[in-house]
Amino acid sequence: MLSRVAQNIYWMARYVERAEDTARLINVNSNLLLDLPRNTTFGWLPLIFIVGAEDLFFEKDPKRLADENNVVKFLISDRDHPSSILSSLAAARENLRTTRDAVPQEAWEQINGLYIYARDHLPTRRGRYEFLRQVIRNTQQISGLLDGAMSRTAAYEFVHMGRYLERADMTTRILDVRSANLLPRSGQPAGSPQEPADQSQSQSQSAPSDRTEQDPFENIQWMSVLKSLTAYQMYRQQVRSRVGGPDVLKFLLQNDSFPRGISFCLKQLDCSLRTLPRSDAALATSAALQQQLNTAAVPDLAREGMHEFIDQLQIGLGQLHASIAKTYFEH
Amino acid sequence: MTIDWKQYASPGCYDELLDDRSQPRAASRTLCEYLASLSDGDLRERKTAAELAIMVMGITFTVYTEGGSIDRAWPFDIVPRIIPKHEWDRTDAGLKQRVQALNLFIDDLYHDQKILKDGVFPAEVLAQSVNFRPQCVGVSPQHGIWAHICGSDLVRDKDGTIYVLEDNLRVPSGVSYMLENRVVTKRVFPELFEYQRIQPVDDYTLRLYDMLVSLSPRPGDAATVVVLTPGIYNSAYFEHSYLAQQMGVELVEGSDLEVGDDDCVYMRTIEGLERVDVIYRRIDDLFLDPEAFRPDSSLGVKGLMRAWRAGKVALANAPGAGVADDKVVYAFVPEIIKYYLDQDPLIPNVPSYLCMRDKDREYVLANLDKLVVKPANESGGYGMLVGPHATPAERKRFAELIQKDPRNYIAQPTLSLSTSPTLCEGQMEPRHVDLRPFILSGPSTYVTTGGLTRVALRKGSLVVNSSQGGGSKDTWIVDTEGF
Repeated sequence: MLSRVAQNIYWMARYVERAEDTARLINVNSNLLLDLPRNTTFGWLPLIFIVGAEDLFFEKDPKRLADENNVVKFLISDRDHPSSILSSLAAARENLRTTRDAVPQEAWEQINGLYIYARDHLPTRRGRYEFLRQVIRNTQQISGLLDGAMSRTAAYEFVHMGRYLERADMTTRILDVRSANLLPRSGQPAGSPQEPADQSQSQSQSAPSDRTEQDPFENIQWMSVLKSLTAYQMYRQQVRSRVGGPDVLKFLLQNDSFPRGISFCLKQLDCSLRTLPRSDAALATSAALQQQLNTAAVPDLAREGMHEFIDQLQIGLGQLHASIAKTYFEH
Repeated sequence: MTIDWKQYASPGCYDELLDDRSQPRAASRTLCEYLASLSDGDLRERKTAAELAIMVMGITFTVYTEGGSIDRAWPFDIVPRIIPKHEWDRTDAGLKQRVQALNLFIDDLYHDQKILKDGVFPAEVLAQSVNFRPQCVGVSPQHGIWAHICGSDLVRDKDGTIYVLEDNLRVPSGVSYMLENRVVTKRVFPELFEYQRIQPVDDYTLRLYDMLVSLSPRPGDAATVVVLTPGIYNSAYFEHSYLAQQMGVELVEGSDLEVGDDDCVYMRTIEGLERVDVIYRRIDDLFLDPEAFRPDSSLGVKGLMRAWRAGKVALANAPGAGVADDKVVYAFVPEIIKYYLDQDPLIPNVPSYLCMRDKDREYVLANLDKLVVKPANESGGYGMLVGPHATPAERKRFAELIQKDPRNYIAQPTLSLSTSPTLCEGQMEPRHVDLRPFILSGPSTYVTTGGLTRVALRKGSLVVNSSQGGGSKDTWIVDTEGF
C-alpha cells in the first residue's frame, strides 16, 4: 500500500471521527444548557477550549462574543476553522477523493453525499438538532460501511488507527476542559456552573463560586460529559454508584470495554499496529502510554493533578501519531 | 405533452436516431417508442434520477478558471445515441487498421525512418514536429507498440459518412465517462436493457489491465501495474482514480515513485520500496521526467526515461507516441495506411488543407468564413476557429496566426455534424454529437463497443468538449439481427 494513500485514509478516518465528535459535543451542550438555571449559564466558551481553537476563535476579534450563535457557527460551518464539521467533512472528502480506489465505492458516495448535505443544509437554531443527528448518523453509517465492507488489510488498519487516535484525543479534550470546571483546583473548591469567563482570558482564571456538597448542577454536568460520549447508559450498567467525578473519570480513562474510553481506544490502536509491518517503534510508544494510563491512581488525580495527567496523555497520543507518521508516511 | 417524433426535425443534418421523415431508424425503434410512451412527468423523473446518480456517484470533471479549479458534475443527457451493430463492425475494423498503421509509423520514425526515405512523408513536417522526442530514438517497446491506448474522434456528415476527425495518441481521456454513462443509464432505463441486445461496455478495464500486464519487462512474474496521475487538480483526475480502482492497481503521483541506482522504478509503500513494472501514465511527455525533459516539472519522476530506455519499466503510452497526434500528420494518415499495410483506409479522413502548402494556404486564407481552422498540437477544442460562426475580427486574427506559423495550422471544411435527440428543458431537440471510441493495442487490438458520445448542449453549437459546454450520452451498439 502506498505511503501517501495510507496517510490519506488515516486522515480521512480522523476527520470523519472529528465531525462526529464535534456534532455530539454541540448536541450535548445544547441539552445541558436547557437544564441549567438561566442566570448561572455555563455557556459555550468551553467548547472552544475543548477543540483547542481559542486562538483562532478570537484571532479576528479579541472581543468576539462566545455566545451560542457565534460558537455553534464556528464549530459547524466556519470554513476558516479547520476542525469545524463542514471543514472536517470537506477534508475527509478531499483525502478520500485523492485515494478513492482504497475504500469501497459506497463509502465514497456516502462521504460525498454527507459533505454535500452539510454544505447545503446549514442549520438554523431550530433545525440544529436534526442537522447534528444527520451528521452523527451518517458518520456512523460511514464507519459501519468501512467496517462491514473493507477486507482487513493494511488500508483498513489505517482507517481504524485514524478513528481511534482521533477519538482518544477528543475524549481527553472533553475530560480536560470539563474536569477543569468540575474538579477542585489548586486547593480551592471546584466551581459549580460559572459565569462565563472574560473571553480574552483563559477560562482557568475564572473565579470559583459557592458550591454545596450535593450540587445538582455538578451531577448534571458529569452526566453531560458521559452523554457527549454516549457513555451514560453503559456507565450506569457498569458502575453501580451515583454519577460522580472520580468514577466518571475512571470509567472513561481506564475501563477497557467502553468503545469511546481512552483505554479501549489505545487497545484498538495496539491491535492495528500488530498487523502492520515495521511497527516496533509505534508499538513501544503505545505500550508506554497504556502503562501510564493503567497505573494512574485516578481518585488521587481527581483531587489534584488531573490537568497535568491529561496533558501527559495528550503528549503521548501526539507521540504515537508522530511514530505512525514517521514509520509509514514520511520515509 | 409526451414526445411526438413527428415534430422533431434536424434539417440539413443526419440524425442518429431518426430518418429524414422523422421515422425512427431500425435500431432505435424500441427506444423511440418507449420514450414516446412516457409522460412529461415520467421523463422529468428519469432526468432527475440521472442527475442524482451522477451527484451521488461523484462523477465530476474539473474546469480551470482564473479563480482556481472547480469540480463540476458531469453533464449527461439521458437519451442514448444508438449505432446499429452491423455499421459498428465496419467502424471497429477501420479503427484497428488505423491504429495499427499509426503504431508502425511511430516505430519507423524512431528507428529507420523508411517512410521519409521513400518520400511518402515529408521530412520537413517531422523536423518541425513539437511532439517528436529525440530521447526516444532507437528504443524498442514491447510488441513494437507505442500508442497502447488511442482515442479517435469520429464524426458523421450530412450524407451519413463517418469520418475520423482526429486521433489522440498521447493521453486520451473520456473512457471512464463512457463506462459511468452506462451505469447511470442502466439505473434510469433498466427496462430497455431487457428487451434489446445492447452490447455491453464494462469489460474495458479488464482488457486495459490485461494489455498493461502484457507489457511487463518481467514476464512470468506477477507484474506490478500503476496509474500515474498529475494529481487531483488535473481535469481528468476522476478518470485516473476510476481506472486505477477498477483495475485494482495503485494510483500513484510522481512523488510516490523513485528510480533506483539499478534503473528500476520503485514506489514508496508502508512496507518500504516496491518495484513497479508497468506505468499507465496520464502525464504529458514533457512533465514525465525532469532529468530528460522539463527540469521544472514536479509532477514526474527523476530518472524515469533512463529506466524506460533501459527496458526496466514499460510506459503506456510510450513517450514520443504523440508525434502521430499532430494534425498535420493526421492529413497523411491515408498515405500512412497505404504505405505500411498496403490497404485503403476503411474510415476516411476529413479532407484537410495544410497551411504549410502554398496552394492550400491561399485557399484557406480566402475561405476562412467557410472553414474550421485547427492548430496542429492543441487538444480540448482550444485555439480553434469555426469560420462560419466567427466574427471578422477573429478571422483576421487567425489569418495573421496562419501567416506567422503556417506549419502549425490545418483547415477543414465545416461539416454538418450529425445530431441526436437530446432532452433540452423538457423538449426533445436535435443537438450535434461526435463519438470517441478507445482502441487498446498490445499483443492484440481491442476497440470499445461504441465509445463516448459527446454532445454540444448549446443549440447550434458544434463544440462538444466538456470544458466548453459539452455533455455526453450513453452510446448503444444495438444488434437488430435475429430480432
